[in-house]
Amino acid sequence: MSSRERILGRVRRALADVPQDDTPYDQAIERGYLREHGERSVAKTVDLLAENLADYRAIVHRCTADDLAATIAGILAARGSKTVLVPPGLDAGWLAAADAEHVPDGSGSTPHELDRVDSVITACAVAIAETGTIVLDGSPDQGRRRITLVPDHHICVVRVPDQVVSSVPQALERLDPVRPSTWISGPSATSDIELDRVEGVHGPRTLEVVLVG
Amino acid sequence: MSGTFVGMPAFPKAAQRAVGNETLRGNLRHATHTIRAKRATAVSEVSDWAALREAGKQIKDHTLRHLDRYLEQLEASVTAAGGTVHWAADADEANRIVARLVRETGESEVVKVKSMATQEIGLNEALEAEGIRAYETDLAELIVQLGKDRPSHILVPAIHRNRGEIRDIFRSQMGEWGRPAPEGLTDTPAELAEAARLHLREKFLRAKVGISGANFMVAETGTLVVVESEGNGRMCLTLPETLISVVGIEKIVPTWRDLEVFLQTLPRSSTAERMNPYTSMWTGTADEDGPRTFHLVLLDNGRTDTLADEVGRQALRCIRCSACLNVCPVYERAGGHAYGSVYPGPIGAILSPQLRGTASEIDASLPYASSLCGACYEVCPVAIDIPEVLVHLRERVVEGGQVTREGNKVVLQPAKGHAAERAAMRAARWAFTHPGALRTGQRLASRTRRLHPRSLPGPGRAWSGTRDLPPVPPEPFRDWWQRTHGGEDVK
Repeated sequence: MSSRERILGRVRRALADVPQDDTPYDQAIERGYLREHGERSVAKTVDLLAENLADYRAIVHRCTADDLAATIAGILAARGSKTVLVPPGLDAGWLAAADAEHVPDGSGSTPHELDRVDSVITACAVAIAETGTIVLDGSPDQGRRRITLVPDHHICVVRVPDQVVSSVPQALERLDPVRPSTWISGPSATSDIELDRVEGVHGPRTLEVVLVG
Repeated sequence: MSGTFVGMPAFPKAAQRAVGNETLRGNLRHATHTIRAKRATAVSEVSDWAALREAGKQIKDHTLRHLDRYLEQLEASVTAAGGTVHWAADADEANRIVARLVRETGESEVVKVKSMATQEIGLNEALEAEGIRAYETDLAELIVQLGKDRPSHILVPAIHRNRGEIRDIFRSQMGEWGRPAPEGLTDTPAELAEAARLHLREKFLRAKVGISGANFMVAETGTLVVVESEGNGRMCLTLPETLISVVGIEKIVPTWRDLEVFLQTLPRSSTAERMNPYTSMWTGTADEDGPRTFHLVLLDNGRTDTLADEVGRQALRCIRCSACLNVCPVYERAGGHAYGSVYPGPIGAILSPQLRGTASEIDASLPYASSLCGACYEVCPVAIDIPEVLVHLRERVVEGGQVTREGNKVVLQPAKGHAAERAAMRAARWAFTHPGALRTGQRLASRTRRLHPRSLPGPGRAWSGTRDLPPVPPEPFRDWWQRTHGGEDVK
């Protein structure tokens, strides 16, 4: 007997006392919890996102679409970034004013090459106000998961209010499970030493989020 | 479960040693009290906590009741997404599968995401025996691995270590495993984390094989979810060419939507955050993004035996948040090592004896490693009634009875060490039903209190060997009451 059959057989015998129940799953669970916490205007939801991002020590910028290129150029200049990693589908206009050299992400790039890049810039799939989370799903304007991980400085552009939802349940509704996704709430952090929070262990030490709209 | 903790003394002895260690108690007290207060704040932010907890409980219970169906569905969806599913009935089989998969890549090094399941099966040791070196990459796991130590907490495995101890471990051990600690390393947490970053980055960037567990697996889509803080998880899950995930069969949720419950309750319960810094989700393999080969090893290792117990099966709802450890007065004083199991604290006290059986002394003692105060049940985000299961397991240890081991029904004999306890309970029953005898006995005890030994003689020695005898008061309560309340008798 294969282990598969052995385990499934054990499960069935273990459940011999449990009465049959064929309630469809969407009716089997009481989902009395909220779809979002509190009622907020769209503008307030964006404010809450900014507040919670900052609370988890992301640096938040807000600008209009017209100012986006200048804002990004300013962020890169202030950091002194000489190179910036660019996912294939990023809006070319976003980097129009930046002096930093563009490094396109190619499938051939090694982790060591990524490690030498100063900054990375991406869009996002959705942002969650209540938790201060941005979600990347590997779409062409966000690139592969590794590009937002290895470089030490990540700039993420969120289109507000279109890409902002209030809550975790609303974010999951918008995401496609087939795409690999990365949920990011502030920069990398650890609390493993006496529960003191330290930023930047393995992921980017600095996360800058630009809310544009 | 594997014999990771072979030779471990039973809980009472290990706990007695631990409570005498003042550094350990200080470290534990600081850590548990800090996180306890933060968690209460994080939970109070969500007004629907009770409803989320109830939904989490129901989702997990429903899944367990139909576990065979969801396992088959998960296997089909992972396979359809380009992954390969393996089934492991016990620790040895899981270790053999993982070792074979690593060998087939031609590699002799792997990077690991912190995972309770791989600790449970003793994977690192098994790989070592095959000539494969496994590097732990979570900062706390790194501290434990470098210190040749054992984890003592589910979430913060090095909770028992303070910054000075960690600096010493880094200074003396890092060089043996790779990049040495920087010159003049101090004990500030930021510097220690930086040393770990430099040490581990070398390994991440060259690693070809990653090994992980998972917090959740979605049956309908085949999606796996890993929740973490540092980014070491993302490194291991996305940079290597091959990813092997070893996951307990109870970690399934039926639908993508179910994640909306647990992604709200898990971070708040464990690290007391609105959301943990990083969550990774992947469904099989993706073109040019992440590993090209994905293996999922589904692990039983005592879980189906636990499922067979009508009271005890609720332990399989556990999402490993560790909130119960942080509120437990026994854990706070005894520390995680005393439990002699990778799952310490209240959840360990019910999970380990079910996964491993109660044949060993340590496992038989674990259901007693509690004051039954109920704080663990209060904080549990999936409402596991830990005190109920503790009492149930105590009864099983003392009385014996039918249990399932490795899929077979067996009859457990009553534990030997409990004859004195049974005799004592019989004696107490007699005394309480004979008030005159009780009163005489109490007065006699008070008058002879200076002569009392510090431990009990005869069969009571085992009991008092691990407990401090309470001092007998100079006067029985009833006599005191009569004297101070004008001769009224006790009502």
